[in-house]
Amino acid sequence: MMFWDPRMEEMPREELQRLQYRLLKTLVYRLYSFSPFYHDRMKESGVHPDDIRTLSDIRKLPFMYKRDLRDNYPDKIFVAGQDDLVRYHVSSGTTGKPTVVGYTRNDLDNWTASLARGLVSCGLGRGDVLQVSYGYGLFTGGLGLHYGAERVGATVLPTSVGNTERQIELMQDLHTTAIACTPSYLIHMGEVAEKMGLSIKEDTDLRMGILGAEPWSDTMKTRIEEWLGIKAFDIYGTSELSGPMFCECSEQKGFHVWGDLACIEILDPGTGESLGPGEKGELVVTMLQKEALPMIRYRIGDITSFEDGVCACGRTHPRVMRISGRVDDMLIIRGINVFPSQIEYALMTVPEVGQHFQIVVDRKGALDDMLVRVEVSRESFSDKITDLMAIRKNVEHKLRNTLNVAVNVELVEPGSLPRFEGKAKRVIDRRKL
Amino acid sequence: MIETGRFLIKQISVFSENRPGRLAAIAKALEEENINILAFSIAEADGFGVVRTLVDKPKKAYEKLTGLGFNVAFTDVIAVQMRDAPGGLYEIAKMLGDGQINIEYSYAYSGKEGAVLILRVDNADQAVRLISSRGATLLESRVFQ
Repeated sequence: MMFWDPRMEEMPREELQRLQYRLLKTLVYRLYSFSPFYHDRMKESGVHPDDIRTLSDIRKLPFMYKRDLRDNYPDKIFVAGQDDLVRYHVSSGTTGKPTVVGYTRNDLDNWTASLARGLVSCGLGRGDVLQVSYGYGLFTGGLGLHYGAERVGATVLPTSVGNTERQIELMQDLHTTAIACTPSYLIHMGEVAEKMGLSIKEDTDLRMGILGAEPWSDTMKTRIEEWLGIKAFDIYGTSELSGPMFCECSEQKGFHVWGDLACIEILDPGTGESLGPGEKGELVVTMLQKEALPMIRYRIGDITSFEDGVCACGRTHPRVMRISGRVDDMLIIRGINVFPSQIEYALMTVPEVGQHFQIVVDRKGALDDMLVRVEVSRESFSDKITDLMAIRKNVEHKLRNTLNVAVNVELVEPGSLPRFEGKAKRVIDRRKL
Repeated sequence: MIETGRFLIKQISVFSENRPGRLAAIAKALEEENINILAFSIAEADGFGVVRTLVDKPKKAYEKLTGLGFNVAFTDVIAVQMRDAPGGLYEIAKMLGDGQINIEYSYAYSGKEGAVLILRVDNADQAVRLISSRGATLLESRVFQ
């Protein structure tokens, strides 16, 4: 078993937590003294650095949100001066104004070290050719993976995104063994290869994909692995955390979050209550060593769960599962948190209906009422009303089992539900609260 | 042995959401293709329905409606002539009942050929043989199509 930094990666849990506490304490004092933004936040919340006496006191600290970066555009919450910065990245701003992140020399070193550990943990190293098909430039994906892979001794092929046919030629000519890109781009690449009369599985040396930057499901992972003949590893990060930061190890049971760099919590997005291992909730991240742009209890808005036990690979750092949804999409139905992604997942197991759906939430009397509209597929339509009723009942049953809340299902004509390019708006909430 | 196939009539079944304008959309599509509707009925369930219709050009109707995005299926039905007088339905229904033929659904019209009962039964071949042997008149599919 290969480790990049065995002392850190195998650090006993108690020692790791002591380290996290020391780093947190230092961070809070530093911010209280040098960050007017976070100083005010702490004052408003009535917290003083002296109140942080154990690691779990992190819960006393106020949250940070994406809007804090937008409101302080471009660099008003940076703690380092411009002369200490060695790089900027800028997020695309698909959900609002763009946000700017900055890095000191140490920030870049920690980012690269985090990726070096992750890449080695999934089996990348000297002898590999990593094709980096994430965008290079203002986006963090390309440059992040680039330096991480160089650090572990892999040969980087910096193709960036686009010009897919050329990418496939280079993949063959330079014997690419690993690719870093979004899962949807890899699927696109596989399709383009087939149009060129090639099979990635048969005609290339590709053996692994390091995939992230967008939500993807187990179904997609299985499809990619079987179709392309590779192992698909999840990688996670956002520009606020530095960029792509944490990567699944060879066990493929969630990505390790290095405790010396980040402290994670999973919270109930409705109540803010802290959740334990295996419980699904909102991921909240505190970056323990960032200098230019410290992020404390940052609410990224991603939904997932974590596992706390020592991994079979030997690493002691907690693992976070693949992201299963966004907090913005969450609905609370009769007190139960419901995510559209769960509905998507459940519908995949019912071939009689398509994968498009619409959710209509209303309030009948005092109770929330959730209706899910699904399209009857052409293949499964029969003239018999009883068959159609059975399909509907089956979908209702599957949804109830997945969501733990009763759902009404309406069968609609194929093609009648709205289609979306990009971000889907699948929920109509008619409740007047 | 009677050859039953010629008595099996291709009915068009169309899935329809239960909201205003859906029947009009189906009827308009058929009108555009100059397709004549000979008989039809609507079966309704909670929130959706199935429009069942006999048309003179079922294949063309299927293509047109499918092209518009409708969910369409062919179903075999049979058509029995009835006396257009009190007791006409009873004669046919009793015949089927005595012969242990189960009716899944049925609709009727009274037109040029007199009164006609359209039937969807669980075993069409058996029903055709029974009805013929009891002396009632089945309409061949070519009468419609």
